Amino acid sequence: MKNQNLYNYILGIADNSLILGQRMGELTGHGPSLETDIACTNISLDLFGQVRSYYQYAAKIAGDKRTEDDIAMLRKEREYVNVLLVEQPNTDFAYTIARQFLFDVYHFMFLTELQKSRDVTLSAIATKSIKEVSYHQRFSSDWIKRLGDGTEKSKSKIQNAIDSLWTYTDELFHQVEADKVMVGENIGVDVTQLKDNYYQRVNAILTEAMLEVPESKWFQKGGKEGVHTEHLGYLLSDLQYMQRAYPNMDW
Amino acid sequence: MTTTEQHIDEKLIPILEQVSDPEIPVLSIMDMGVVRSAVVINNIVKVEITPTYSGCPAMDVIGDDIKKALHEAGYKSEVDLILYPAWTTDWITPRGRKALEDYGIAAPLDADADKDVLLNGKRIVKCTNCGSQNTRMVSQFGSTACKAQFQCENCQEPFDYFKCLK
Repeated sequence: MKNQNLYNYILGIADNSLILGQRMGELTGHGPSLETDIACTNISLDLFGQVRSYYQYAAKIAGDKRTEDDIAMLRKEREYVNVLLVEQPNTDFAYTIARQFLFDVYHFMFLTELQKSRDVTLSAIATKSIKEVSYHQRFSSDWIKRLGDGTEKSKSKIQNAIDSLWTYTDELFHQVEADKVMVGENIGVDVTQLKDNYYQRVNAILTEAMLEVPESKWFQKGGKEGVHTEHLGYLLSDLQYMQRAYPNMDW
Repeated sequence: MTTTEQHIDEKLIPILEQVSDPEIPVLSIMDMGVVRSAVVINNIVKVEITPTYSGCPAMDVIGDDIKKALHEAGYKSEVDLILYPAWTTDWITPRGRKALEDYGIAAPLDADADKDVLLNGKRIVKCTNCGSQNTRMVSQFGSTACKAQFQCENCQEPFDYFKCLK
């Protein structure tokens, strides 16, 4: 493939949204209330919509027989390059919100920069997506404050979730080879430049929510290189169920 | 590529106006502003549509419905989905806004007022049933990606509000 780096770069963006979209989609019919159920699945739908645009573009670049669906559905665990944060399970509603919040703040900043990409397709997808992500960010930030400044129980649950997921935040700013090459070509976003702003914004909202900012400096990474936590395999067996049970099925 | 102008061949307008959003049947795709261009090139109508939200499942159906309507009018057509410039609620026509209201969906406010409503709980969205502004947001997300859920405190009617997208 001529544009292997661009292809890999697009998957790096798209896989985050696919896996997070799948996690949020798991709440269909299982949300804690009708309104939050609908909100989580709406977010899932937005992410899947964005993912289609990215994978369609990736398929075009691959230039072989692969379609957007093949790229989304027919890879092995080690070939997914999403960050570890987004594959973490819906342990409880606090985890769902904490994961979404920690990703949304990053996602919004990332898309803000991606709009300036020299690549017109990526710039167009970013311009479209950021409008949706601004709603996601409002939703998750709002819930962080509600739970943090809520009851004793909600506060301890959301604090626990933030503390547990904190270790996955630094990977958002980790660059793999494709990231570095694409930044050099003014196509990709230099995520290392977003890090300070990210923690500032996250910390401000946690503080407003009466929560403690975790102090741990030990961070886990690996997803962007295809080395995942144990949760991704289970998620994929669900996501890929139809293709595994009925190979090459179509509708 | 930065233009927000539409390029639509006049003779195609009545045909395209027959096609509506399958989720909001009262609203034609023309009044919704999703058709960005429609021109006849070498006897084939080339249509470009843009999605309201990325994940809008209606786009595939809309594409098929456009082809069908044009086919019935004797045209061959190709429909392309474009992402840029990104759709905004400003592209909904005044007639489209009225159709939404009549259907029971409150039309989008301008961006500042929308923020006041969704973030600060300001009560300015008019109830589509009784017209009262004493309404509250139930959820920022609604039955489809483009809507939020509201309830009127005056007549108790639940209704959708079409979120402002800019």
